[in-house]
Amino acid sequence: MCLSIPSKIISINGDKALVSVGGTEYEASLQLLDDVKVDDYVLIHTGFAIQKISEEEANETLRLFNELEDIEKKIDREVEGK
Amino acid sequence: MKYIDEFRDKVLVDQLLEKISSVTSKEIALMEVCGGHTWAIQKFGIPFLLPENIKLLSGPGCPVCVTSKKFIDQAVAYSRLKDVIITTYGDLIRVPGSTSSLNVEKSRGADVRIVYSVLDALQIAKENPSKRVVFLGIGFETTAPSSAAGIHNALKEKLTNFFVFSSHKIMPPAMAALIDEGVTINGYIAPGHVSVITGSHIYEGIPSKYGVGCVISGFEPVDILQSIYMLCKQIQENDYRVEIQYKRVVKPEGNVKAQEMMAEVFTLRDDWWRGLGTLKDSGLAIKEKYSNFDAEKMIPVEVEETKEEKGCICGEILKGLKKPNDCRLFAKVCTTSNPVGACMVSHEGACNAYFRFNK
Amino acid sequence: MENNILLGHGSGGKLTHTLIKDLFVKYFDNHILSQQTDSALLQTGSSNIAFTTDSYVVDPIFFPGGNIGKLAVCGTVNDLAVSGAIPKYISASFIIEEGFSLKELDIIVSSMAAEAKKAGVLIVTGDTKVVNKGQCDKLFINTAGIGILDANQLKISSGKCIMAGDKIIINGAIADHGMAIMASRNFGNFKSDIKSDCACLNHMIKEIIDAGCNVKFMRDATRGGIATILSELSENNEIGIEIDESKVPVNENVRGMCELLGFDPFYVANEGKIIIVASAVDAEKVVALMKKNEFGKESSIIGDIVDSHRGKAILKTGIGGSRIIDMLAGEQLPRIC
Repeated sequence: MCLSIPSKIISINGDKALVSVGGTEYEASLQLLDDVKVDDYVLIHTGFAIQKISEEEANETLRLFNELEDIEKKIDREVEGK
Repeated sequence: MKYIDEFRDKVLVDQLLEKISSVTSKEIALMEVCGGHTWAIQKFGIPFLLPENIKLLSGPGCPVCVTSKKFIDQAVAYSRLKDVIITTYGDLIRVPGSTSSLNVEKSRGADVRIVYSVLDALQIAKENPSKRVVFLGIGFETTAPSSAAGIHNALKEKLTNFFVFSSHKIMPPAMAALIDEGVTINGYIAPGHVSVITGSHIYEGIPSKYGVGCVISGFEPVDILQSIYMLCKQIQENDYRVEIQYKRVVKPEGNVKAQEMMAEVFTLRDDWWRGLGTLKDSGLAIKEKYSNFDAEKMIPVEVEETKEEKGCICGEILKGLKKPNDCRLFAKVCTTSNPVGACMVSHEGACNAYFRFNK
Repeated sequence: MENNILLGHGSGGKLTHTLIKDLFVKYFDNHILSQQTDSALLQTGSSNIAFTTDSYVVDPIFFPGGNIGKLAVCGTVNDLAVSGAIPKYISASFIIEEGFSLKELDIIVSSMAAEAKKAGVLIVTGDTKVVNKGQCDKLFINTAGIGILDANQLKISSGKCIMAGDKIIINGAIADHGMAIMASRNFGNFKSDIKSDCACLNHMIKEIIDAGCNVKFMRDATRGGIATILSELSENNEIGIEIDESKVPVNENVRGMCELLGFDPFYVANEGKIIIVASAVDAEKVVALMKKNEFGKESSIIGDIVDSHRGKAILKTGIGGSRIIDMLAGEQLPRIC
């Protein structure tokens, strides 16, 4: 239940935020989310911002996989070495 | 587009597919219980890419699919009242009730409007003071806070012509019920945006009681494949737990503000799920304090007796027990242009996806 | 359950096809109609004539990139041009709601004249009706169009010369028109700078044909999107189609709005896009020629005709997955899931 799209906050006006998704703009409600600022990326679902996207965690997710790959290659090399 | 394209990267996808193939050769059945996941899996053609030993089951994660015929019949009854404007999310208008649907009623002159948000429904209520605006509240924990906010706003703005007809449901009872019913599930791809709201603790009961892992997944191919990989690893290591793959938006504690809004307006009740029957404390009813906005309490209407279509096995399909082409109505009587059951109407429904993908 | 017409019957997808097949063709059936081409192909003496008709009921009647009048001329011209015909003459009939603004009518009619001039067609006959307030939504326009075509181009409408190895080409980014309309209907109060791609493509098409390119099929991708054309083409001609999703251009702003609403751009209407099937030998030449035209700058080869999975159009997704391109069942509805 889930169509939520990462949208960038362009401006904030009280409990509403003007967000942009690839150029389409929408005035989303911030009633369900605190602590956001301009340039943050948030998930919009049926007109409401429901969570901020963590850039750090996003990078971590993309990186984690490559790290795993490196660790496993390292282990493979060590095993072969023995 | 940021936070979308990077998670559709083919190089990462290929790497993940390779990793999934090498983790385990056991026959594994993973179930997703989120319409968004069903949609994404079909859209990106993921089943085509997975190794043979991994089967993806589509569970009751499509809110349109699990909505009862009785709910549709009552919505149809509301739509026939001359002063009522029905406001609803998209797919619901095509779901067949016992003898009609909102789409058909619209063609007969009923005022049925598709809205993007409950906030649009509130606006319609303000612009039409002589009409009663009924908003059809379907969806799980992702969407329930929006409906709650809508009701909360209606109270604050002293609206007297705005009502919500709630069919909101919560996920965990259904996830447990499926395993109780004997459906073979080796792991759950847990709903990403439900978890944004609720946090991860709501799934703890599943691994601890059933030994079935839950990985909370995002919706892009990299997310889904990474979650499948994580579930396979749990199975290989015999170590079942709740994990968050979708870390960029799912926090263990979830969105507390949204949870508070939900708790302010809604209370748990037993609810009927297509395919699962009545599950204890699985639905959301509007609290007494907000009963002025509860369509069920405020708008008396006669609803026809519910008639289930003979031969429709949506219930068993929703549980992953039968495949769409096990249904004798599938593709013959029940098609995407002429759906009989809810599983065919919704684009996230198993039958709809099967019909379009496997035709 | 259905005893009444639903909006979906007009959306260009399966319901429309069923209505046409089970009602109109059932009663009107003849050898010309049964060809089911965009334009009817008629022979009178030694001349080959393409004859088409269309009705325009778009709401809102003014939208970014055009209006209902411009749409009427472009749609009719394109229907003729994709049959390989040179569009010559158009009729324009107006059904106007009582109380409609004369100023707005003036803007619409003058833009029709401007578009017809650009396309090199004459509006030679027409009709005007006014109905009581409430009996039509502001303005409806019906057109008919006549074009002349060479016998060599007769094969284009049916696509019966298509064979495995041929290439599938599009002249630019998809879904602009449908999303421009969605945005201008204020659904959900989205604001966007998406403009309709509404345009007369006959000059661009003529350049390809005059250059002697081996064009085997053309269709303009209107309601139902490119998915409907591809699905119909594969089914009607019993050929296999494979499309590479990464080669299909979609503008960023259109993508954004589609993602927000849960729309698939493949099913969204266009008014300035054509699907061309050309021989492998000539495909690059077709693309190069179209790129020289203002309406083909982003032309690209998007797929192939294949021997396998005859009757089905398959999409290879950006991540290497596969799915069937099916026809739209009813209208595309915004999702929440």
